[in-house]
Amino acid sequence: MSRMRLAMRNRAFLFFSLIMPLSFLFIYAGIFGRGNRQAMPYLLAEVLALTVMGSFWGLSVQLVTFREQGILRRFRVAPVGAGAMLASSIISNYILTIPTVVIEFYLSRQVFHMSSMGNLVGVFVLVTLGIATFATLGLVIASVTNTMQETQIINQIIWFAFLFLSGVTVPLPVLPKLVQKVSYFLPATYLVSGLQQSMVDHVSLSDLGLDLASMLGCTVIAFLVSTQLFRWEPEAKAPRRAKLWAAAAVIPFLLLGAWENKHEHVLTHALSDYQSIDRPSSPTMPAR
Amino acid sequence: MMNTAVIEVENLTKRYGDVEALRGVSFSVSEGEVFGLLGPNGAGKTSTVEILEGLRTPDSGRASVCGLDPQRSGAEFKHVIGAALQSTALPDKMRVREALDLFGSFYPRRRGTAELLKRFGLEEKRNAFYSQLSGGQKQRLALAMALVNDPRVLFLDEPTAGLDPQVRREIYDIIEELKKGKKTILLTTHYIEEAERLCDRVAIVDHGKVIALGTPRELKERSGAVTRITVRMARPETNGALGTLEGVTECRTEAADYLLYSTRVPRTIVALVKRLEEQNNELISLEIAAPSLEDIFLELTGRRLRD
Repeated sequence: MSRMRLAMRNRAFLFFSLIMPLSFLFIYAGIFGRGNRQAMPYLLAEVLALTVMGSFWGLSVQLVTFREQGILRRFRVAPVGAGAMLASSIISNYILTIPTVVIEFYLSRQVFHMSSMGNLVGVFVLVTLGIATFATLGLVIASVTNTMQETQIINQIIWFAFLFLSGVTVPLPVLPKLVQKVSYFLPATYLVSGLQQSMVDHVSLSDLGLDLASMLGCTVIAFLVSTQLFRWEPEAKAPRRAKLWAAAAVIPFLLLGAWENKHEHVLTHALSDYQSIDRPSSPTMPAR
Repeated sequence: MMNTAVIEVENLTKRYGDVEALRGVSFSVSEGEVFGLLGPNGAGKTSTVEILEGLRTPDSGRASVCGLDPQRSGAEFKHVIGAALQSTALPDKMRVREALDLFGSFYPRRRGTAELLKRFGLEEKRNAFYSQLSGGQKQRLALAMALVNDPRVLFLDEPTAGLDPQVRREIYDIIEELKKGKKTILLTTHYIEEAERLCDRVAIVDHGKVIALGTPRELKERSGAVTRITVRMARPETNGALGTLEGVTECRTEAADYLLYSTRVPRTIVALVKRLEEQNNELISLEIAAPSLEDIFLELTGRRLRD
């Protein structure tokens, strides 16, 4: 697909999908891991989560650029539907992200001597579904915003929430109780938790049923919403009800979040996985 | 030449907020015809074309292309049309060859990339990024892309706008070649020269309405615009006699020349020649300055077409 070749030539894409995750790998492994082979599975899980979440940025920005420059309308004259346009962007993004994941595993094993490879099948499923989830969420943002500026602002806000409230940078157990309650509603929290459990505890996929179901539900709804709200023309504005539609995409995670707020499974797992680093001198040890 | 209508437009209206872009546009285009919409910017040309391409929906009226409704027909419609849009682009980092391959891949019936590159003089630029192309090259690529599915109907929206005269002529040559290939072409332009040179028939559009329609020649003949005939003779004519010739509305003398203003040039010429024979006079020079479409536009709207 020529979409892929385009992405390869796009510097912003390279930054989010390759350079940023890899630099996180080196920072995490170098600073927090300090050659601790036992800590590597946990740290790699976070880096993988970051890699997957990068899809969120890439796709929304690409779609809005294509719309604003009048590129989409040229496709519209050809027999190409909205669904095909969106699906091709998700698939090419997926195919381009997988090599990064492989490189991350390779480096963790060869350079940082990671102690175990985790549940590889589980990781693969989570990465696949994760990319689909975050890519479609990006497409939803693109379909409710009218200008690149709007897209960037909303992306920034959501990205910061993903980055700091999901456990991917600051571990979930370290966050204040109130913030944790918010974290339970973020898709990123479950991606991070699922990857940590697969990498550290080797849990089987069936133990992650709820998380996976929520991601799948979110992907399906987000994809349908973005095909319904798809706009080919640069001057076409998003209707006001579009924002309501977009909200529908987060329903699965609202439900899961409500459930988690009661049971706090994610927190329990996050705590035990976090302790796998097992370094009393850690500057970000949970205050218990 | 005038067989079945391939494009039919009936009473289209379209409004953007307070602006009435189209106020009842009607015309039809026959198979193999090159039809031009001529008018100033904002006249409603692009709105009309984009309704026919299925990119916009009219508020009222009917449009059909090859018997299909552009707004409701799906892929079937997209397969028979080709379009070079006015405001569009390709991704900066897409190569010329890739663009033709990609768009070709959308159609079951397609022309080869190599053939199109050759035909549109883009062989040297085959591996260039879209962002590296000049305006003329971009336009040639747009035309090549419009032909990638060998369409029955071609829409060219301002194919030469913003290009310098040299490049514009290159595009004319390409369109003239397409014309020989019996394609039905609807093109919009605000260049008189383009309409006169390329179009079998022209609709002059202004403020969302077709104000005149016909072959460039018909438009000139039908219009009240007068043709100036400048005549010089061996012996001077008796004063005023030339003014009574058929079709002449006014006669003036300017040095040794007689300026005849005629609404029916052929008749005036015949009458003039007869008179010269009767008078045993001889013609030294004769010059006919026909009104251009520009004059007709001026006459119909009181304004000039501007770039």
